[in-house]
Amino acid sequence: MTMFASPEDARTRLGAVDYLTDPGIATAVFLADALGKPLLIEGPAGVGKTELAKAVAAAASAELIRLQCYEGLDESRALYEWDYRKQLLRIQAGVDGWDEARAGIFAEEFLLARPLLTAIRRDEPTVLLIDETDKADVEVEGLLLEVLSDFQVTIPELGTITASRRPFVVLTSNATRELSEALKRRCLYLYIDYPTPERERDIVLTRVPGIREQLAEQVVRTVASLRALELKKAPSIAETLDWARTLIALAAEELDEETIASTLGVVLKHASDHTRAAKELGLPGIGG
Amino acid sequence: MSLLDRHVGFVRALRHGGLPVSLAEGLDAARALTVLDLTDRETLRAAYAASLCKRHTHRAVFDTLFELWFPVGAAARADADPVGAATGERPDGAAEGGASADAADAEVFRDRLRELLLGEDDIALRRLAREAVGRFGAFDGPSGASWSAHMVGRALDPRTLMAGLLRAVLGGRLPGGVAERNARRMIQARVDRLNEHILSDVRRRLAEERGIERVAETAVKPAVENLDILRASRTDLIALRREIQPLAQRLATRLTIRQRAGRHGRLDFRRTVRASLSTGGVPLTTHHRPRRPHKPELVVLCDASESVSSFAHFTLMLAYALREQFARVRAFAFIDTVDEVTRFFEQPGGDVTEAMRRLTAEANLVRLSGHSDYGHAFNVFVRRYGDVIGPKSSLLILGDARNNYQDPALTALAAMVTPARHAWWLNPEPERDWDTGDSIAGVYGRQISMIECRNLTQLGRFIGELA
Repeated sequence: MTMFASPEDARTRLGAVDYLTDPGIATAVFLADALGKPLLIEGPAGVGKTELAKAVAAAASAELIRLQCYEGLDESRALYEWDYRKQLLRIQAGVDGWDEARAGIFAEEFLLARPLLTAIRRDEPTVLLIDETDKADVEVEGLLLEVLSDFQVTIPELGTITASRRPFVVLTSNATRELSEALKRRCLYLYIDYPTPERERDIVLTRVPGIREQLAEQVVRTVASLRALELKKAPSIAETLDWARTLIALAAEELDEETIASTLGVVLKHASDHTRAAKELGLPGIGG
Repeated sequence: MSLLDRHVGFVRALRHGGLPVSLAEGLDAARALTVLDLTDRETLRAAYAASLCKRHTHRAVFDTLFELWFPVGAAARADADPVGAATGERPDGAAEGGASADAADAEVFRDRLRELLLGEDDIALRRLAREAVGRFGAFDGPSGASWSAHMVGRALDPRTLMAGLLRAVLGGRLPGGVAERNARRMIQARVDRLNEHILSDVRRRLAEERGIERVAETAVKPAVENLDILRASRTDLIALRREIQPLAQRLATRLTIRQRAGRHGRLDFRRTVRASLSTGGVPLTTHHRPRRPHKPELVVLCDASESVSSFAHFTLMLAYALREQFARVRAFAFIDTVDEVTRFFEQPGGDVTEAMRRLTAEANLVRLSGHSDYGHAFNVFVRRYGDVIGPKSSLLILGDARNNYQDPALTALAAMVTPARHAWWLNPEPERDWDTGDSIAGVYGRQISMIECRNLTQLGRFIGELA
């Protein structure tokens, strides 16, 4: 039971939920689904890695389950936990003997399923998003290995729970550290880079209603020029969209030097980047 | 060659090119081929990339090899040929037409190219590249007929089209400013695409004649992190500079993890007793003081002469990107005399590229000749900044130890090394070149441990150990 019939199908259906793909993205999404393998997405911040997982969920009318990684994330937050307070109540309330109580308190009823277990136990189509995997500790990767290669979770008291229907798994990473080879080997890999100006223009046109094509063209060309400079933080797609919206709000007809200079704060967020951009592009009156 | 053979050969070529492709990943790729419609080459490329190429820096190698092992098929070639016949693709004896016919043909191609560079049709651009290689690329090399991308580039000469194209894109607006810059970038990007297409078609033709493996060996360039810094071209240097910040970030993350791993310092008695109150006075868990992280002071002394300045730049950039990991970073540069260059880096949120430019322009590094003189530089350093190095500092000397046959000033070097906690010399030359010509790496190497450091991988590893 796959979600997409072909890369072309993936492209059109993701396009229908306003996510514009390129051949690389469409093929990787299709393959991850067809081969039942997790998809590891890397790339600069703000190019739509998380957005892709959401778009897949929307396109396949699946539910999105999200596990946000952070330092100190552990088993009981990612996988499952016994609800010990409820267990305690059960023991205090019950008058029956110890044997029955012991059998009773390790039942489904007292299990708190966390994102990974929830995703595996669902029978309906599911997209599991493990966001910012590189932020989690190295041990969490070990935890993910069992889940992602066999799609099963072992709970000592209950036995092994195997997925009846494999979720579509997306892992994202900003590459602040190298993920382990073992994890990479089990995943398909997709690197999403800044889009080509042509694709970015189409993204702006779909996402910012009411923008004129010529203005959109100017915005993405200027953003491309900015990305070519050596900046601390290159503008992301999200910032391009913000810029386009700003220009519409200001009712700007053209993106000339004056307009760039007065709205540069929308795309560049470091003082040194501003000075550099002003110098290289020859903008008036910044940095003084 | 069957599809399976081609697949196996491709995987082997990738491994040979430095990509760690495991057996399981090879199987994944083969499995992917069974569910895909194989007539679309870009889909095939994406499928292979997704299952075999798991690090972005390997992508260039991957693409080069893919172009060789899966060249544009016969179908596309038949497609291209009618047009090619019209402009006269002449595989053998091409020279007979004479120079004037060549020039006339080149004009026809340039007219088409002008159209294509204004449009967005990548497939047509590739077809043009392919025809142009067929028409202009053939020459008789020392070992029989061969193909050259350079000759195609000379015939088409896309750079001379720039002015006309700029006018067309700007469409009556005044040149200059952001609009022109954007237009220039756009056209340049397409010219780059064209050159890539030409190069890949040349390689394809060569591979047909000489076998894929032989062409692959020369075509594959090492990934950015393994590039030899001293031999890097200008475009390589830009790519390298872009890698520094991510590298620094990865290192910093790893260092913070390492510092936190050995987190147990001395027992915090007060907190332990306080916490034990909630368990009836029994200290079930002990609390510890956080350990004070050990942060060394870094003193960098670098050779800023022409021959090794790029290496010095990268190391300084990396050291400054990681400055939170050090108590203090002080930088000195020399050619034949020394100057402190710390001031160029210390503005908050400073721009390292700018700092580098000012360093070369403003710092006082040259006394006489502008050739490196390690001996004099060391003497001046000891005299002027000798007290900078103390028991907390790690001394880092960067340079190729090519002293232009001057006095090595070994006593001065000893006076620098002895008070320091650690001292290293990073030499960007390959170890086999040490002690050749005017290099006195061996002489200095007896006083201070000298380490070969030629690419970002080695540099990253070293700085990581240091902090």
